[in-house]
Amino acid sequence: MRHLPFIAGFCLLAAAMPAWADRIGDISETSVIEQAKRFFSFRDPSVRYALIGSILLGISCGLMGGFIVVRKMALFGDTLSHAVLPGVALGFLWNMEKDPVAIFIGATLAGLLGGAMVALIRQTTRLKEDTALGIVLASFFAVGICLLTRIQKMPGNKGGLDEFLFGSAASIGRSDIILMAVVTGLAVLLVGLFYKELLVTSFDAAFARAAGFPVNIINYALTLLLAFSVVVALRAVGVVLVSAMLITPAAAAYLLTDRMHRLLGLAALFGLISGVMGAFISFLTTNIPTGPLMVMAATMVFALAFFFGPRHGVLMRWWRQKSRSARVQRENTLKAVYHVLEAREFDGEGVSLRELAERRRETLDEARAQSDALCKHHMATLHDDGDAIHLTPEGWQRACEIVRNHRLWELYLTNEAHIAPDHVHEDAEIIEHVLGEETVRELERALNHATRDPHGRAIPGLADLTSGSTPFGPPETVTGYASR
Amino acid sequence: MSVNATKTVEPPPLEFHDLTVAYHKRPVLWGIDLEIPKGQLVGIIGPNGAGKSTLIKAAMGLLPLNSGWVKVFGEPIGKNLKRVGYVPQRESVDWDFPVSVMDVVLMGRYGHLGLMRRPSKKDRNIARDCLEKVKMLPYANRQISNLSGGQQQRVFLARALAQESDIYFMDEPFAGVDAATESAIVTILHELKAKGKTLLVVHHDLPTAKEYFDSLLLLNMRMVAYGPTEEVFKYDLLQSTYGGRLTILSEVAEAVREKS
Repeated sequence: MRHLPFIAGFCLLAAAMPAWADRIGDISETSVIEQAKRFFSFRDPSVRYALIGSILLGISCGLMGGFIVVRKMALFGDTLSHAVLPGVALGFLWNMEKDPVAIFIGATLAGLLGGAMVALIRQTTRLKEDTALGIVLASFFAVGICLLTRIQKMPGNKGGLDEFLFGSAASIGRSDIILMAVVTGLAVLLVGLFYKELLVTSFDAAFARAAGFPVNIINYALTLLLAFSVVVALRAVGVVLVSAMLITPAAAAYLLTDRMHRLLGLAALFGLISGVMGAFISFLTTNIPTGPLMVMAATMVFALAFFFGPRHGVLMRWWRQKSRSARVQRENTLKAVYHVLEAREFDGEGVSLRELAERRRETLDEARAQSDALCKHHMATLHDDGDAIHLTPEGWQRACEIVRNHRLWELYLTNEAHIAPDHVHEDAEIIEHVLGEETVRELERALNHATRDPHGRAIPGLADLTSGSTPFGPPETVTGYASR
Repeated sequence: MSVNATKTVEPPPLEFHDLTVAYHKRPVLWGIDLEIPKGQLVGIIGPNGAGKSTLIKAAMGLLPLNSGWVKVFGEPIGKNLKRVGYVPQRESVDWDFPVSVMDVVLMGRYGHLGLMRRPSKKDRNIARDCLEKVKMLPYANRQISNLSGGQQQRVFLARALAQESDIYFMDEPFAGVDAATESAIVTILHELKAKGKTLLVVHHDLPTAKEYFDSLLLLNMRMVAYGPTEEVFKYDLLQSTYGGRLTILSEVAEAVREKS
């Protein structure tokens, strides 16, 4: 919705200027490898500038984006980056040419003015920050599009301002590179020197102020640095998408680490990779502007982090959950085996699959699948042509533990929490799989090493757990670790 | 303020004179006059909206004053920032922030370091000791989002301890913590007091206020009473603190906001 003014302006522009952006150099090599060699070899000056520029903008955007994301200022970054557009146009009008310095100054001032407008609206009205951001973003962008459209139609116009909308790494020149190097160097230097100050003001501004840090100055400096990073990235990424180069690499980094310094490093690295990838693909294909390609590359990095991140990744979470439910399933099978044995007073070692299936109210095939799962985890072995199941010592121990946990918990709920005995089973079904050894010991102490659950069945004790090699006979009558 | 000409006495840790603070032009604290002597453990008590947090924030210079002044050890707060420790409300920060427990406690040392200097080994040792005191050392390398409410509060307390200050401001350190944390915090407060530190603690719970603090500041937009707990914890004083606001005071405050 906020891009409505842009779409309107874009149609006008499209009518006026049929060509988007030049591809980097006029190159006719056919194989991708040849082209990659050429791109990454720094041979061709224009390609060299595109590559260095992408690296620099990736680093500065990633670094600033790290702070934007942890400070929850992503929308502010978006607004600031759209608000620079009128400044680009005015910087061009200054002397009717694409003078990087004039455009840099104009764009930075426009961006900061946009930021100030947001603060003004928020402080003087009842409107909240998101509304203020929305208003400023759209209005500044609209003004910028109007100015740009006028410029395109001016006589004597040397053209090519549309690259500021969607970006063109090919248009990066020598003076752009110098500006980018200065800004990126400044960003790296200041973040390095004032890391401590930036960290504490980002995490807890009130505390930082109470400890004597100039919080306002630090915030202004960060905003200024942010504006610089946005402005130097404009040429290659374009106004429309430059905020994605701030947010997406940093967001991917946030999914991968829990420490701020690593987040900043990763964000800068991801920004660099996205920038270079985008510039390279734009070099391979014609007529696609660099900005969208860089953002797509950044999104790819984010998607990888989202799915494959070792801690917060979706796939890992799914895998952990799956293996947890498989474990619970196995433990329930073990418990069923125990119950069958208990029902016939531990007479005989093997439990037939039929008995198991009846116990769990399942089909024979399901019982077989579960027995196979137990065998695979060395909890049981199959006998009688696969018709009976014998628990291994480990299997027997785990079965005893689960039954013990279940009954202890039932007893605890009934005795200590005064819950009716017929209400406790469901709860114990879940708790039995998660109780740790320490909690179990605490429970046993709290229950005075009781031997019977609320339904009168024996609670397996330590002796049963350790007598894994001879899983015969009823549970010991004495439980608990005090008796060891 | 009494001036003793014959010998130099250290000025009181905290002194308010005719302090008035307003939010959006609506006064929330009126004309507070108060002098807190050294080594006091003061509970700040009052109903919601009484200005308890506002008072300590104003004392630390975090809010602009409409009138009056605050002095910390006889000087404006800006000159004595290193002698002030702060425990903000737990909800005031984002606990998903990518820092470890140790990182947060080290922030307590930042005020002593000056610009651009990194925490040294000595700072790390101090932070470690502070974590030990609140029994959170085993969690030093954990990310803060994995902590329970009580553990978060202990981390904040450890950070304030690492500030090694002479006067501490704590904003509801007992809010939403478990019983073990609550008693651990009380122990630490008394230890600090025994070392001659001055502590101002915003507190919400009346029954425990009586046993935790040796003096109380009853607050409801203006200062109702300040003094030793046994003298101040009286029915009539509590009644005038909690028994409804002074209606005219809040009406006028509202009018001030609307007219300006």
